[in-house]
Amino acid sequence: MSIDLSQFFQVFFDETEEHLLALETLLLGVDRMAPVGEDLNAIFRAVHSIKGGSATFGFNDMTEVTHVLENLLDRVRKNEIILTEEMINAFLEAGDVLRIQLAFHRGQGSVDPEAVRGIQAKLTALASAVDSAPNSKVTPSVENSSVFAFPEEINQRVPESVAQNDPGYGFFESLGEAPTEPDPGYGFFADLVPPVGTFPVSHSVPVSSGQGLIGLAENAPPEWMFRGRRATDQIGTDSSIRVSVEKVDQLINLVGELVITQAMLTQASEHLEGGRHEHLRMALRQLERNSRDLQEAILSVRMLPISVVFNRFPRLVRDLTARLGKQVELKVLGESTELDKGLIEKISDPLTHLIRNSIDHGIEMPEQRHALQKPSFGTVTLNAYHRGGAVVIEVSDDGGGLPRDKILTKAREQGLPCHDAMTDAEVWDLVFEPGFSTADSVTEISGRGVGMDVVKRNIHQMGGRIEIDSTVGLGTRTTIRLPLTLAILDGLLVAVGEQVYVLPLISILESVQLTSENLRTISGDGRLLQVRGEYVPLVVLGEKFPVPGDRSLFPESPPIAVIVESEGRKVAVCVDALLGQQQVVIKSLETHFRKLAGISGATILGDGRVALIVDPAPLVHESRFSPTGVT
Amino acid sequence: MTRAMMNQNNPTSAVIANEFLVFTLGREEYGIDILKVQEIRGYEAVTRIANTPDFIKGVINLRGEIVPIVDLRVRFHQGDIRYDEFTVVIILHLVGRLVGIVVDGVSDVLTLTPAQIRPVPDFAATLDTHYLMGLGTVDQRLLILVDIERLVKSEDMALIEKTVTE
Repeated sequence: MSIDLSQFFQVFFDETEEHLLALETLLLGVDRMAPVGEDLNAIFRAVHSIKGGSATFGFNDMTEVTHVLENLLDRVRKNEIILTEEMINAFLEAGDVLRIQLAFHRGQGSVDPEAVRGIQAKLTALASAVDSAPNSKVTPSVENSSVFAFPEEINQRVPESVAQNDPGYGFFESLGEAPTEPDPGYGFFADLVPPVGTFPVSHSVPVSSGQGLIGLAENAPPEWMFRGRRATDQIGTDSSIRVSVEKVDQLINLVGELVITQAMLTQASEHLEGGRHEHLRMALRQLERNSRDLQEAILSVRMLPISVVFNRFPRLVRDLTARLGKQVELKVLGESTELDKGLIEKISDPLTHLIRNSIDHGIEMPEQRHALQKPSFGTVTLNAYHRGGAVVIEVSDDGGGLPRDKILTKAREQGLPCHDAMTDAEVWDLVFEPGFSTADSVTEISGRGVGMDVVKRNIHQMGGRIEIDSTVGLGTRTTIRLPLTLAILDGLLVAVGEQVYVLPLISILESVQLTSENLRTISGDGRLLQVRGEYVPLVVLGEKFPVPGDRSLFPESPPIAVIVESEGRKVAVCVDALLGQQQVVIKSLETHFRKLAGISGATILGDGRVALIVDPAPLVHESRFSPTGVT
Repeated sequence: MTRAMMNQNNPTSAVIANEFLVFTLGREEYGIDILKVQEIRGYEAVTRIANTPDFIKGVINLRGEIVPIVDLRVRFHQGDIRYDEFTVVIILHLVGRLVGIVVDGVSDVLTLTPAQIRPVPDFAATLDTHYLMGLGTVDQRLLILVDIERLVKSEDMALIEKTVTE
């Protein structure tokens, strides 16, 4: 029986995660002063679904938490009690507890029973506080019902609202331009708008509590925008299906094969003379176009909008600003920029770190900002866009910028190589050194543990690059460039005898012709290559990966050394010939075989042959044990 | 999860299948469970892999999958090893993994009744008796029935990381 149920665990986990995310997004978007009935219902439904699911699968701890939460929400939904900031905070906290419990059931981490009891007590207390204070109960008076009904009414009017009357409605302006009247057009046209919307997520945060039920107009814009976004989301979920990544990858494989077969057909048809075979050649050209289109379409299935990651940050910003007493607005641009699912999962941690840094170190305290004649609201901007076959993600703030002098002093203290004449870019690069932190004191939020070096390493592992640009007093911008997909690598194809290997382009510095002048042999079998006064250990790829086969495939050309860098060390890799640069699709060797030393994967070349992808790290690592200390 | 389930339904060598693919290795005829065979192909150029035993010929591209090829003739020290248009590769499908084995030739598919299958006596076959499921007799022919899954997954085949091997 339990085996049967466990088949559905994954579905429950996935769905609960989605519900929790929806819950959080809704809670952050809900307008406390004028909660829309539909919003509250959606929140209630999310909690109810989690409760139902957890009860079915016997996760009673989650059922208990959701039960208390549900009761309270039900009463809010029925207008029996008023939604307070305190409640929203408690709801968000309950969401966190549920997430921890969910992770625990997945076999990750552990649950702190104190936290669970704490949140249950808090929720119960909130419910009973309301009961004991009858004043706060919403009596269905005329004013109240009108306030609550107002948005509902608009909502119903939306479909017939008049687009022609005001074609400009669809475009979101910046925050400040909130219309004085809530506009029915906003919600309706949101899904037509290019998703470069600015969501004033933290806007509602600093608004102090205790402003009665009035203020509907002032708080309306965020609500409309959120409503608009949900409408889009709903359209998305209605017409989508859940497919396992395995199936998609299988499709990608098959289409890759199709493209290779098509290339073979085209090659085979080349010698056919025109006229008689014109028909065939036309059909082949058609096939080529179709298979390329198909490949592109299939590859795009693996792509997800970056909003999946960006959606987590409003909450982070809200929590951080509350804790630090700062005022920060998070701007999100280019949410619909798509990137590979594998990258989406990995980019979250580095981005979280950068946003924390911006808020903790970048944005100044409100008084300080005021003194500098900056708006008291700091702005952190997240921007994502495609540029030249890469995805660019920017995290920028309008804070104080990086302190050049302080970084240099710190670097000197920590014995990092630096001098005063370094360019700004070189100085900014210092913050990526392991163990570097400019924070005066270690705070709870940043300045300890994971540093920028880890961010850089993570980005590198994804095959990407990271750069910092900063101006004192104006702010800092961190730019991350990622390849479109994890499955594709920019590689240099090299020949060793009959074998073809792929070297990742990102780790290649240059290629040098081997001559008797630049090659030095030292005692034992150590060989060094002299490159502009520097000695680099030489590794012969054919000796590293010996295979039986004809070695003299390129007898007329002297061997070539490709200088490869990994983890800050260089090694010269000697190969027979360079065959060219190419984007290759990375395939795992472990699916049907096993991991091989020094090889990070395999790929299929245009002619259908398999080529192995060389992992530069072990080459560099091993060359360390040969006598390189001579330099 | 699917793999785990397949494991449950396919306990290795517990149930003796009744349809066998027959291949030859030297002068002996071997039978393997037909359900473990995905396809039979000609031998094509492989990509060699350095630092592996000589019977691992390398990897091929099988419709986008990177599949290792093992030459059983090399593994079991057959004398005459040639690679030509008659060389045959049997692609096996073993619990989610694909492996190609090179043999001397594939003859036919035979159905054996339990009565035709005898336990393995102690005798000197090319293959270790540890990997044998039994002996089959059809007319005058003697078939050596191989637990191909156990053979391919054995540690000395070096096809799978040690931790994966049971």
